[in-house]
Amino acid sequence: MPALKIPTPLRTYTNGLAEVLVQGVTVGDAMQSLVAQFPTMRQYLYNGEGQLRPFVNLFVGENNIKDLQGLETPLSDGDKLLLIPSIAGGCDA
Amino acid sequence: MTLEIDDQTLKAIHAHGEEAYPEEGAGFLLGKSDPGRRRVVSILGLTNAREDAARHNRYLLTAADYLKGELEADRQGLELLGIFHSHPDHPNRPSEFDREWAMPWFSYIITSVHHGQAVESLSWRLSDDRAAFVEEIIQVISHQ
Repeated sequence: MPALKIPTPLRTYTNGLAEVLVQGVTVGDAMQSLVAQFPTMRQYLYNGEGQLRPFVNLFVGENNIKDLQGLETPLSDGDKLLLIPSIAGGCDA
Repeated sequence: MTLEIDDQTLKAIHAHGEEAYPEEGAGFLLGKSDPGRRRVVSILGLTNAREDAARHNRYLLTAADYLKGELEADRQGLELLGIFHSHPDHPNRPSEFDREWAMPWFSYIITSVHHGQAVESLSWRLSDDRAAFVEEIIQVISHQ
């Protein structure tokens, strides 16, 4: 099974696990497998339209899936998928 | 909820906001957490990755920055506890944009910087339903 690395602020929803084994043959499958195992993660990863929130970056190894096939990027047993947030904010102006 | 921070580290956060002025400055809070207790030990100040025209009211820390923060926390035997950023000439309260982009669990220290001088920092955490930020008290520990 592929393994998905969880960033620190989301580990509170994976019972402290830094890495979760996920099922599926694509990155999209793996993300669905993650939220199936930890349903409270869904609201943090997906918006109301079911799209990944803008701070969610997914890497297969060192490659951003945006440069691959997005959520259709294939995964194989032993692949390491990394969930890495980008952080943004700012004042009202 | 209380966030402990020593006065030198808080000064470093203020200095980072003043250096970035009139743009927003940001970085990571590193420290230790136990149930009911969270203490910031050091910071990792970073370069605001937003484009030039937006840095006066927006900040961005990239995925590469995040990895840098995780690695630095590991190196120091600490955890990433949250984010600090400045609001130049604006109140130190989270904006709607801050909320939209907020991560759960993290502490968000916001420093108001007025005319180049850091005025005050407040800390916030996202509520469980993501609907709002809730203030957490900053307890400043005097550096001995």
